[in-house]
Amino acid sequence: MKVIKIDKQNWTGGIDKSRENYQIFGPVKDKEHFVFKKLNLKEYPDMENALSVLSPKSILFPQSEKILAASLDESQDDHHIMKRVATDYSPRAVIGIMPCDAKAVQLVKLNFDTDDYRDPYWCDAYEATTFVGLAVNKPSIYDFTLSMGSGPFAEEGLDVLLVDCKDHFLAKVLSEKGDAFLKASGFTSEADADKSAKLINEIKNQAEKAIDAEKVKTEKLKEKSLLELHGASFWEDLSFSCINCGTCTFVCPTCWCFDIQDETKGKKAVRFRNWDSCMSPLFTLHASSHNPRAEKVQRVRQRFMHKLKYFVDKYDQGTMCVGCGRCVVHCPVNIDIREICNTMNSYEAEQA
Amino acid sequence: MKNPYMPYPVRIDDIQIATEDRSLKTFKFVFLNKEDEEKFSYHAGQFAELSIPGKGEIPIGIASSPTEKGFVKFTVFKTGVVTSYLHDMKAGDIMGIRGPLGNWYPWEMLEKGKNIVIIGGGFAFTTLRSSIIYMLDPANRSKFGNIDVIYGSRSPGMLLYQNELFEWEKRDDINMNITVDGTDDPDWKYNVGFVPTIVEEKAPKADPDTYAIICGPPIMIKFTQPVLEKLGYRDDQIIMSLENRMKCGIGMCGRCNIGKELVCRDGPVFTLEQLNMTPKEY
Repeated sequence: MKVIKIDKQNWTGGIDKSRENYQIFGPVKDKEHFVFKKLNLKEYPDMENALSVLSPKSILFPQSEKILAASLDESQDDHHIMKRVATDYSPRAVIGIMPCDAKAVQLVKLNFDTDDYRDPYWCDAYEATTFVGLAVNKPSIYDFTLSMGSGPFAEEGLDVLLVDCKDHFLAKVLSEKGDAFLKASGFTSEADADKSAKLINEIKNQAEKAIDAEKVKTEKLKEKSLLELHGASFWEDLSFSCINCGTCTFVCPTCWCFDIQDETKGKKAVRFRNWDSCMSPLFTLHASSHNPRAEKVQRVRQRFMHKLKYFVDKYDQGTMCVGCGRCVVHCPVNIDIREICNTMNSYEAEQA
Repeated sequence: MKNPYMPYPVRIDDIQIATEDRSLKTFKFVFLNKEDEEKFSYHAGQFAELSIPGKGEIPIGIASSPTEKGFVKFTVFKTGVVTSYLHDMKAGDIMGIRGPLGNWYPWEMLEKGKNIVIIGGGFAFTTLRSSIIYMLDPANRSKFGNIDVIYGSRSPGMLLYQNELFEWEKRDDINMNITVDGTDDPDWKYNVGFVPTIVEEKAPKADPDTYAIICGPPIMIKFTQPVLEKLGYRDDQIIMSLENRMKCGIGMCGRCNIGKELVCRDGPVFTLEQLNMTPKEY
């Protein structure tokens, strides 16, 4: 494993150098909150491990994205024929992404990149992106990544893992993409492999100790009966306080559901893809006015069943939750996916 | 791999009013690029997104049969933004079709000499029409055993594809049972009664080689299911086609799921045996 040592005094210079070849995305403070965005010149990613309000999923999956367009002007030869909208897919690097958010990208990939169909917008953005993660030295009290197949130092989905070692970063090179980014940034000073591995392990062990991995349990979800969990009586209680605001779905790094809508302006028609939310009754409303998930309890159940049972059964790759804790932090009525997960995991069907 | 959101450009070749209340119209589309017709190779039971630039898309079952060449047909009920706009469009207008999407009736298994019972109600007869045309094609008829059809609507004028229905009535290689809920037409020479009742009276009894394909409004399905059970049909011999709200049609946008199955990609065709394993969110 190649490890590069980056002195912090060289950090901003390296980022500036990388801009010659990459668009740079990263977390910055916007008023009191952290957001992921495309960074302008002289803007640098905040490397404080702060939990951004929204996950970085929008870098590959914008909240609103033009996908197709057509002219409605009948004097044009190609009127009413839709074409793909040009988008900039030049190389981009996401710097300071948390390891669990990088794992989330891999889970979302299962949806957008399949054997039958490939979503070209998401996949092209994914291929253009280098993921430069920042290990979480001090996990927050909301972090339950270790229960969800990730962790503060997890490497899945990352091209580089940066570890903050006070006056320098140690950068674990995890892929060719990562190697290319570090070279383009001028970060080439190799650290002693054994020594740095030892140091990284020490910090990692310290970080992992801060998370109680036993607090959230998932190991029995797979063996539970899907229909019994769906029919469980606890959903009424768990959904009671929900106001269906959709915050959980928007802040979630793995929520990938979307809507497709058309707009016209003058003689131009554009087809958009927008984030959508299973918390909205409109999500499933038929034109006939029939709605298979008309009731709040059905929608709340859908969200948690999707993440913690349907996904588990369909892909056999763990839960569709990486334990980032955003929905726990931001839910206005304190619905806690950790409790719901434990309830589902320990559920025994009621006796008939 | 091609962009699955990109519709094939088509021209509306013909529009026919399908029912007496004018709420349904049958649209015949021709592909602007001949090679797209090849790419749009489909099976009876599949659907497609009809795509109107600036208005949106609607998932509609394909009413034409794979054996009908040179065009594709869809029968559309006027109900929302896109269908209302489509009903006002004219022959010659350009729009798009995206597909074919979803799975289809299990022809590979059915074509091994199985007897088929088609049960349809109201305007859910589109992919059933496709199936009947497909099975009656001279190249295919010998692959099937008996073909029984029970199709009903509110009144004679609400039956889809009336000319074809009455033509099929005259044939001896398909056993038609047309019915209406009621009529004041003294010359009506077919059945009067709800579909489940006619199924009980006219459908063949279950047999290991007999399969029922059902499409209709939820109320018809609800009352037909117990009748088929009474006739001895197993759950895996009852084949149904579901509808749910859809956007992408390719299993990505997330709204049409019933449990872990996506109606657009894992369906729309399921056996009752499969549906018994999923939450009833349709």
